[in-house]
Amino acid sequence: MPLSPDGSAAAPWPLWEVFVRPKRGLSHTHAGSLHAPDATIALQNARDLFTRRQEGVSIWVVPSAQITASSPDEKDAFFDPAGDKVYRHPTFYEIPDEAEHL
Amino acid sequence: MSGTALDSAVACYVLALGDDALVCAQRLCEWATRAPAIEEDVALMNIALDLLGQARSLLAYAGELEGSGRREDELAYLRDERDFRNCQLVELDNGDFATTMARQLLFSAYQFELYGALSSSTDERLSGVAAKAVKEVAYHREHAAGWVVRLGDGTRESHARMAAALGTVWPFAGELFEPAAPAELVAAGVAAEAPSLQGPWLSWVTSILSAATLDIPTVTWAPSGGRHGLHTEAFGYLLAEMQHLHRSYPGATW
Repeated sequence: MPLSPDGSAAAPWPLWEVFVRPKRGLSHTHAGSLHAPDATIALQNARDLFTRRQEGVSIWVVPSAQITASSPDEKDAFFDPAGDKVYRHPTFYEIPDEAEHL
Repeated sequence: MSGTALDSAVACYVLALGDDALVCAQRLCEWATRAPAIEEDVALMNIALDLLGQARSLLAYAGELEGSGRREDELAYLRDERDFRNCQLVELDNGDFATTMARQLLFSAYQFELYGALSSSTDERLSGVAAKAVKEVAYHREHAAGWVVRLGDGTRESHARMAAALGTVWPFAGELFEPAAPAELVAAGVAAEAPSLQGPWLSWVTSILSAATLDIPTVTWAPSGGRHGLHTEAFGYLLAEMQHLHRSYPGATW
């Protein structure tokens, strides 16, 4: 934890989630998280921490506190009902020979 | 100038630019594991690595132009204090974080103008290095500016420390704009005309200081001499740390 000049514990920097787009046409993907005092510095830090090896062409940073996440406790109720509904996958169609790139 | 004399003049100029980058990189490395936060630690080391990369290209080129067979390692590790041509600004002690950021603001802003001008140097090797480096230092400049503004326009404590830091490093900026190359090199389009960089430099730095609610310090003295091998007391200690491994174990490799 950072210390203020009088030696007491300063308020820690807030946490930010970092999303990186690897290249044009792909979506931003969660890359990790970091601490920063504000959004601009969060972007700079993200650039230094997550794109040092040319991993990206675009970065989003989002305050972690702003993310509403599904709870692991609700995992069954949230995700299991989709488990036996194979008809939601588009696998029951005959694909005509003329249709390319499907 | 004859061909050899010209090469020698360019070598001297390139060496000074390389020494600036090398010494600044070495100073920044002292922050490793000591920065205010781990994110900032990585940021400073990235900047140091960029500068080290510039130094390598420039010192290697200077060695070739010299024709004495000295490579980048010999130039970095086996020269003594009086043979280094870096400006005194980059060798100043890191001080507190504010001092390091003030120094970086002035230096990166200078490098930005310098490499911008050298991108169109008639020396292709130099213009190549500069064109790549100008993007790197554009980021260094923004990084430093971000902290100077936040600390300057922050709390009473951070403002006081940022103002003091600026006062410490500011007089050393004057040396950056002294002619660093013979007039022939400037006329031939090889070297940048250092005094002409000061206007745009000052204009940008002033805009940042204004956002940071900081005043330009009153200059009471004008230290100089780095380009002629005259350095501050702090420099010998920096060289001792930077060079001792290579001098103790010549040719050591990982």
